[in-house]
Amino acid sequence: MTEKLLLEMKQITKKFPGVLANNNINLSVKPGEIHMLLGENGSGKSTLMNILAGLYKPDSGEIFIKGKKVSFKSPRDAINAGVGMVHQHFKLVDTFTVSENIVLGTGTKFRLNTAEAVGQIESLSSKYGLAVDPTAKIWQLSVGEKQRVEILKTLYKGSELLILDEPTAVLTPQESRDLFNNLRQMARDGRGVVVITHKLQEVMQIADRVTVLRNGKAVATLERDQITEQDLAWLMVGRDVVFQQKKTPARFGVKVLELRNVEALNDNGRPALRGITFDVKEGEIFGIAGVAGNGQRELAQVITGMRRCTAGSIYLNNKNITNLPPEKIIRQGVGHVPEDRMGTGLVPKLGAVDNVILKGYWDTYARGPFLDYKKASLETERLISEFNIKINDPTAPVSLLSGGNLQKLLLAREMSLNPALLVAMYPVRGLDVGATEAVHRLLLEQRTRGTAVLLISEDLDEIFKLSDRVGVIFEGQINGIMKTEHADLEEIGLLMMGAKQTGEMPS
Amino acid sequence: MTTNNLIPAISFEKKLSPSPLMNILVPVVSVILALLTGALLLALTGKDPLQVYSVMFYGAFGSKYGLTETVVKATPLLLAGLGLAVAFRMQLWNIGGEGQIYMGAFGATWVALTIPDQPAWVVLPAMMLAGAVAGGLWAVIPAIPRAYLGVNEIITTLMLNYVAILWIDYLVYGPWKDPAGYNFPLTPSFSESAILPTLGDTRIHAGLLIGVVLAIILYLLIFRTKFGYEIRVLGESPEAARYAGMNITGKIILVMMISGAICGLAGMAELSGVTHRLQQGFSPGYGYTAIIVAWLTKLNPLGIIIVALLFGGLQVGGFAVQMNGVPATVVSMLQGGLLFFVLGGEILTRYRISINSRRGDDTP
Repeated sequence: MTEKLLLEMKQITKKFPGVLANNNINLSVKPGEIHMLLGENGSGKSTLMNILAGLYKPDSGEIFIKGKKVSFKSPRDAINAGVGMVHQHFKLVDTFTVSENIVLGTGTKFRLNTAEAVGQIESLSSKYGLAVDPTAKIWQLSVGEKQRVEILKTLYKGSELLILDEPTAVLTPQESRDLFNNLRQMARDGRGVVVITHKLQEVMQIADRVTVLRNGKAVATLERDQITEQDLAWLMVGRDVVFQQKKTPARFGVKVLELRNVEALNDNGRPALRGITFDVKEGEIFGIAGVAGNGQRELAQVITGMRRCTAGSIYLNNKNITNLPPEKIIRQGVGHVPEDRMGTGLVPKLGAVDNVILKGYWDTYARGPFLDYKKASLETERLISEFNIKINDPTAPVSLLSGGNLQKLLLAREMSLNPALLVAMYPVRGLDVGATEAVHRLLLEQRTRGTAVLLISEDLDEIFKLSDRVGVIFEGQINGIMKTEHADLEEIGLLMMGAKQTGEMPS
Repeated sequence: MTTNNLIPAISFEKKLSPSPLMNILVPVVSVILALLTGALLLALTGKDPLQVYSVMFYGAFGSKYGLTETVVKATPLLLAGLGLAVAFRMQLWNIGGEGQIYMGAFGATWVALTIPDQPAWVVLPAMMLAGAVAGGLWAVIPAIPRAYLGVNEIITTLMLNYVAILWIDYLVYGPWKDPAGYNFPLTPSFSESAILPTLGDTRIHAGLLIGVVLAIILYLLIFRTKFGYEIRVLGESPEAARYAGMNITGKIILVMMISGAICGLAGMAELSGVTHRLQQGFSPGYGYTAIIVAWLTKLNPLGIIIVALLFGGLQVGGFAVQMNGVPATVVSMLQGGLLFFVLGGEILTRYRISINSRRGDDTP
């Protein structure tokens, strides 16, 4: 212990099957500081904080709180030690009041004394500017208010170390500003605050120190005065990108997909797409790069008809397809590899044959009102051998297949429809190297055949390897579009974090 | 697959797929456990379980009379079970089978009392149609708020059962009461042409035939047609159905209507085949027992034929033991036990129970 540290995590390692989520991570938090944890999705931020909150047990490593070694067996141990976590998905009982939620799980007495708690809650909320009515029911509150309840919950339990997992993801800009002021107030009181984020500007705004994680490792911890945006971007995405030029030379044709000022809302009714304009040509792979949650999901959904477009228009081969039902859009030749391959793209409990006919059961595999299972089985067998999918029994539930085989089956079906446009979202997420290579080859084949491919990915290597042009999406807007051969990784990294494409970056 | 990845001592992890052995083992073991539990309770009340079970078995399957009565009791369970299974396939939890049976009976009775003098080939089809329409429309009432507003259909279908039963009570105590019925809550007897033909001198009636034919039709519908395919996809994964461009709202209403219509037919068949008139409480909860019947077969229409016969036998066996001083409610007890163990067993087929496990899937 060099100085008085509130928290010290030493050499934390945590493995999940097939993933080394945390690899010898060190992290320390001083009283009174706001420490940001910055990293891409999958870099291990949440795992590390879940360990600290007692949700996971590390495989190795030590945790010290105020110099005392601790070992958490459950979240309760962590709470008792003064660690409070505000999760991304709130853990509140909708039909209970604010004060009931805050008191929940604290007392050991049989009777809940909410009246007494209300006074305490009110004084805490006025002290830190966390305005919320203690007698209101949770379901009546806005998202921002719910978050305040979560913070109050940790304060009420006496947390000296507060962890917030991407707290601004659900907030409006004003709410985010308020939140940061509140957090600063708590830090001034001697508490430690850890904020998980993947947004660069937030680090610039409020961090006292920042630790950058990449691939499960802490690559750097920087003090306030050492922080520059460029360094952070490089630390986050920095890696050796191999430019493979296996691609056949591009032969672009006419515009297949065109979006003009498209806007849409997310599931919570907040704007998710704010005026998106771009086009994809025949024989072109257009990559959408961006940190997950910036509108990618909504973008894929408006194009395929699964989400309403609130403004703007979408054209497919010069025909307006804006807000057509999904069925019509499928018939116009739009293939879709959705984010959630199991459950959206494929029906887990049905067999391969039943999944192959999902998009052709109404005509290709039908005879009057009946299904033509003979034809369907033959086609399935053909796809299985052509796409080299490992399936023993084409009628057994596809949930038995590995991720790679699932994705190949899904791609095989979409490609067998000869789409004019293929929307592929995170097509290799969770796949091993071999399967990734196979899926990439299939996408490049589509390009050669003249299909317009929209590739949505978080993986810059993938984008650089496959796409002809890349557009960067940030908070529902396309920040910049460039030819991949002229693109600069660092610049894309910055655009992904919200920097605007201007003259300041050499490109 | 979001299983609990916190740190409890016992955790349930979802299996990728139920093992085939478990699929057979679980129902068999469930039946045995239900019988054992029943035996324990019987023994506690001072009865000899073996003797009670043998009387039940003999009563249900041991004589021509018992066997035919078993078939008679199985018929409404078969029809209602089929109706409910269609809805359950799409994860529409129609608990309103009982009410739909009563409304089907209402429709059929209306026809039987309105055109009693027409020939049977007019009256019987008209009764079937009226029964199906009445049951179907009764199921559409909860289907509409479910389809458009997401209102939970379990509650609404259940509540409508009471409405339907009270509506029949009103009719048999009021406007439709048999003037020559000594004030009993029942309508006049149906005319000859409103009565389903029976098999020889038994009470087995054409409702059985309707049920078996329907089971085959439904089997083909579910597994061989586009419509059935949509039901299966919608039931397993609504997101995938949306992704494939299926119309979900319309299908909810249509499927509920089919479900209610088949339950309505069950009511029609029971009146036209067995009671020959509408009377208070003519269905002793067939619509509820049919839920168990449908579940025990994993919603397979052909399987429902067999399980309905077993449950018919259980009812008849229950009557038989009554003569030995054992209350017939032993049947309800066994039915409850069966459902309890089958549902409990489901957990074993779909989840792997692990003790003191800390792993789970993570989104680091």
